[in-house]
Amino acid sequence: MTAFLAASIFSEPALTALVAGAILAGAPLMFASLGELVSQRAGVLNIGLEGMMLIGAYAGFVAAYHGGNQWFGFGAGALAGAGVSLIMVFFCVRLGLDQIVVGIAITLTCEGAAALIFDAEFAESRPTLGATDRLAVPGLSEIPVVGGKGQSNGSIFTQPLVVYLGLGLAVLVAWMLRRTHMGLNVRAAGDAPAALDAAGVSVFATRSWAVLFAGAMAGIGGAFLSIVSAGLFQDTLVGGRGFIAIVLAMLARGRPLWAVLGSMLFGISLSIADWAQVANLHFGLPSSTFTDVVFMLPFVLVLVVLFVFGRRAYLPAALALPYERGSR
Amino acid sequence: MTETTAAAELREPPHPGEAARRPLRLGRVGDFLLRSILPLVLAVVTGAIVLAAIGVDPIDYYKDIYSGGIELSAWQDSVMRMAPLLLMAVGLIVVFRAGIWNLGMDGQFLLAGAVVAGLGPWIEPHVPNALNLVLMFLVAGAVGAAWTIPPALLKARYGLNEIITTLMMTFIGIDLAQILVKGPFQDPTTATPQTRSFDFTALLPSIPGTRIHGGILVALASAVVVWFLMSRTSFGLRLQVLGASARSARHMGLDVPRLIVVSFLVSGMFVGFAAAAEILGIWGYQRADWNPAFGLWVVPLVFLARLNALVVIPYVFLLSVVSIGGDYAAQNAGLTPRFTLLLVGLTLLFMALTEWVAGRAELGGSYLPRTSFRRRRRSEGSS
Amino acid sequence: MTSRSPTTADAAGGAKPAVELIEITKAFPGVLANDRISLTVRRGEVHCLLGENGAGKSTLMNILSGMIRPDAGEIRLDGRAVEINSPKHAIELGIGMVYQHASLVPQLTVLENLMLGEAEGIRLNAGAARDRLQDLEGSIGLDVDPGATTGTLALGQQQQLEIIKALWRGSKVLILDEPTSMLTPQGVAELEQIIVRLKSQGLGVIFITHKLHEAVSMGDRVSILSQGRLVGVIEPAELRSTTHEVLQERIIALMFPSQARQAAEVAELTDEVEWHLPKRTLGGEPALEVESVSVKPGPGEIGVRDVSLDVWKGEIMGIAGVDGNGQRELAEAIAGQRPIAAGDIRLFGHSLVRLKVAQREKLGLRYVTDDRLQEGTVGSLSVAMNIVLKQIGKPPYWHRGRIRYSAILGKARELIARFEIRTPGPETRVGALSGGNVQKVVLARELSFDPKVVVYSKPTYGLDVRTTRSVRQTIREQAQQGVTSVVISTDLDELLDLCDRIAVLSRGRIVGVVENGPTAQQHVGELMVGGKAA
Repeated sequence: MTAFLAASIFSEPALTALVAGAILAGAPLMFASLGELVSQRAGVLNIGLEGMMLIGAYAGFVAAYHGGNQWFGFGAGALAGAGVSLIMVFFCVRLGLDQIVVGIAITLTCEGAAALIFDAEFAESRPTLGATDRLAVPGLSEIPVVGGKGQSNGSIFTQPLVVYLGLGLAVLVAWMLRRTHMGLNVRAAGDAPAALDAAGVSVFATRSWAVLFAGAMAGIGGAFLSIVSAGLFQDTLVGGRGFIAIVLAMLARGRPLWAVLGSMLFGISLSIADWAQVANLHFGLPSSTFTDVVFMLPFVLVLVVLFVFGRRAYLPAALALPYERGSR
Repeated sequence: MTETTAAAELREPPHPGEAARRPLRLGRVGDFLLRSILPLVLAVVTGAIVLAAIGVDPIDYYKDIYSGGIELSAWQDSVMRMAPLLLMAVGLIVVFRAGIWNLGMDGQFLLAGAVVAGLGPWIEPHVPNALNLVLMFLVAGAVGAAWTIPPALLKARYGLNEIITTLMMTFIGIDLAQILVKGPFQDPTTATPQTRSFDFTALLPSIPGTRIHGGILVALASAVVVWFLMSRTSFGLRLQVLGASARSARHMGLDVPRLIVVSFLVSGMFVGFAAAAEILGIWGYQRADWNPAFGLWVVPLVFLARLNALVVIPYVFLLSVVSIGGDYAAQNAGLTPRFTLLLVGLTLLFMALTEWVAGRAELGGSYLPRTSFRRRRRSEGSS
Repeated sequence: MTSRSPTTADAAGGAKPAVELIEITKAFPGVLANDRISLTVRRGEVHCLLGENGAGKSTLMNILSGMIRPDAGEIRLDGRAVEINSPKHAIELGIGMVYQHASLVPQLTVLENLMLGEAEGIRLNAGAARDRLQDLEGSIGLDVDPGATTGTLALGQQQQLEIIKALWRGSKVLILDEPTSMLTPQGVAELEQIIVRLKSQGLGVIFITHKLHEAVSMGDRVSILSQGRLVGVIEPAELRSTTHEVLQERIIALMFPSQARQAAEVAELTDEVEWHLPKRTLGGEPALEVESVSVKPGPGEIGVRDVSLDVWKGEIMGIAGVDGNGQRELAEAIAGQRPIAAGDIRLFGHSLVRLKVAQREKLGLRYVTDDRLQEGTVGSLSVAMNIVLKQIGKPPYWHRGRIRYSAILGKARELIARFEIRTPGPETRVGALSGGNVQKVVLARELSFDPKVVVYSKPTYGLDVRTTRSVRQTIREQAQQGVTSVVISTDLDELLDLCDRIAVLSRGRIVGVVENGPTAQQHVGELMVGGKAA
């Protein structure tokens, strides 16, 4: 009996489903948390991330659907996300309003708008997108389990190009923060904006770019959800992932590669449901209950991780503090 | 001493950032209009623009809100909707006063409701109605309060940001409630995932002459109690000091961890009451997929009311009318009823804006809770 | 202090004006901060700007460094009229400001702080920066580790880094804002050397201070500000030829035409730092015993290790030391706001370790914090409320949890009169009061309700002369009545003026306790240095 169980849990289809699902779920987190990380590093806590992902998901889906190409989708998603983040730029960076209040307002407004849009456009028609083109890394994609060639959901080495671009972006961001003037400005804006101002660099400009970047990334993450993961748009599509991305950014201690790692780990917990289904595993619970338990998992995991590591989370000294010249 | 010299002696040159502020003499009426009414007006106007943009006549829509929310006996539905909203608003006021963000209300709400809906039908036949009602409210309050304990302890002991922890608890709570309803509390007589129903006679009695259930009385009483607590007692002042600055609170000798936990518990308790009011007043059972998500709706109301539990009552009534009437108006217009969410979000945005204006005009007394990270350090000396 | 070095100006026979401020005026709501001030800063010269806290020095310098724009007046650099729009613009024009509180990013390394804002290309060029740093250091005689995290440097070194940064930007005029407030006597001597070298390179230096003896010893030229106006200038010739006593009298008369005599008593305005031993006999029992106390440091702190101190009843014990050597940790540990990792603290023999803040209050312990706005008061509450804020819940101000306003207002009025708090009324928000009056509110609260041992942290920091005098007077009066005081201050003048004994805190340890007397200043200075502080 146990042998049978073991065989089915670790069977190739099951494991592939796990890995593939992890990436499918983790990629949106990766983009969103990367953007949030930069924003937080610059001192802006962006709680509206959830709303930005949602609008990005909508814009991305529509653009991909009508344009026939996933890249239209990702581009539109980025633009839409950045557009929403302009609200944050204006209210919080420029005017200095409370970042949390504005963030909540943005999320609420976006949820309302998304519901409106979904209802108006898709509730009847429910359009879907076909499977997204994936890039199979030559050679590596033939490896069992992690190769993914020919599988509908791919695996590590068979993913839409945008995923690999995202990984590259993470490396780029890491380099930028350490080794460029822009990165130095971002770090100073988050740790000691008064010093940055005194050095003659515009704190507003630096923070604004960081927030726009976060918005664009969130938009891409959302677009990934609607284009690749689900193939459709629904107003409940994001379902708390934006908030998970915020936590990931906090726990990444300012290091982009940790954000990627964390995203993939959480992706696993989000995809366990699929894995269990393939492996025919449900611990004797009725399947819908099991699904509920599994959905709880990532959030419980976040709490546990926060508890264990949260005390040492690196947070920029001036996070969530609006900067006003002269108020040193 | 002349007026100007006295004034001159009072103030030293302010920091350069303050130089742009121009004190605005608005008086109390002007202040009220700016901060408590204007955001609503702006949100309504913006909502009208959005409606027009998607081809719906805003005037018709808002008229429908009025018909659906007030006319004939619809106002009674609005009053009934007030009960949970007011209780949650009151719970939020307690915790905002202390500068704490309890964003976990939806999870607390659903869990408390699930427990009441689940346990109630078992207990209710063996116990007189009045006692049952009290018991159910207490149970709901206890569950709601209990669900705040993890974030409360994490914040009190380790200073962990409660925004994230309460949000996580909400998601977990919603799922847990579903599991309970579909599992141990499931009504064995039906396939629909929901709890057993209360016997009709065991529900909250209506106010004579109306359909309105007694939950609104609980809500109103709670508002009065909380108002009194916050403005007239030492407990309220302690929370206010904590909300102004945790460092000051510690300095003044307040037991900050204990205050954090207590304010969380009280807040959760009221959210639990809100759930009890809904279950015992309107439904009599809980469906697995039920989630009215009242939590974030009341956030802007509480600010508009400047954290005053009495002043928040008319705002809650307004929101209730908009939400009940909004269901009707949305049906007529072929829209999703979640349009109300948009109005609520816009109100919050505009409120933040008017607070900024008020801040520049030095009207003082902003009630926005300080974020947990806030450690503003003003350089003290001036030369 | 040290002998004044000849200015390059003298050597060149007539200095070129580097900066001219002409009729600068700036008003804020309710106060005229700068009233038609004109002054000239020459190359190769140290121009001291002297004035009490609140006189308008900061505003003037903020105008010059681009933080704010003047309402009227003109600024000329090298004879050309300019308008300084922003800090960035000021830097480009060659004006370098060295702030009172370091404008460096503590989390970045020294090199990164220097490269901040120097946008040449995308990538950071650490190699070139390193070389340039070495050159600059050579010319002024400094040495800072380029890879060190800035926050870990001692305050004196951070200040040196700021000076380097100003030079890095090619500054021709350097503004030093109260630079000695964070230095040990040794550090002050080092600073003087640095200033001499800067002068010799042709820079113009503006030295802002509220201490008369500093202005007179450091400056080649002294401009005196009072109430927003320029009330006098002491030219180099006069500075060199007049005796200190005469100079002191003249300057005080200029600053305080109506209260010259009282002002003269304040330590900052005396020509030389004097010690005062209060004439009292001290009670024989120890009021506060700190025994081998250790406190864990938080982020960016040093903490306190194995500190022991005995303070006698009625004594005024000073704790000297540069900021950041554990003062706050020690103060908060005594007050109960922070837990102790080891050791014991006893109040009249009664151990405090298990007691919380409120309980220690009850036993008579008080803490006047230096963070008046964020910790010591709640700005959104009224003066009256702040005064009773440590009595929440207690009769007669609260009765069974309910507030009794009449009792609170009554007490507030009594204390407002006694402490001469200037406020429109007891219901005014504390946030609307000036710094001096906020401090008075804090004192009114802490010193009422029967204090026995009071810990003061920087009690007169940032206050004008009048309030400073009255606060120190209050401390002395309290001591007369048998109240024990512990005064933690970075201002040695203040400690020498007030205290019976002075302990020196360095790197979290008490490195010595000195009896106040003629050699106290020297001993304290030695102890501060011996503990390896800059």
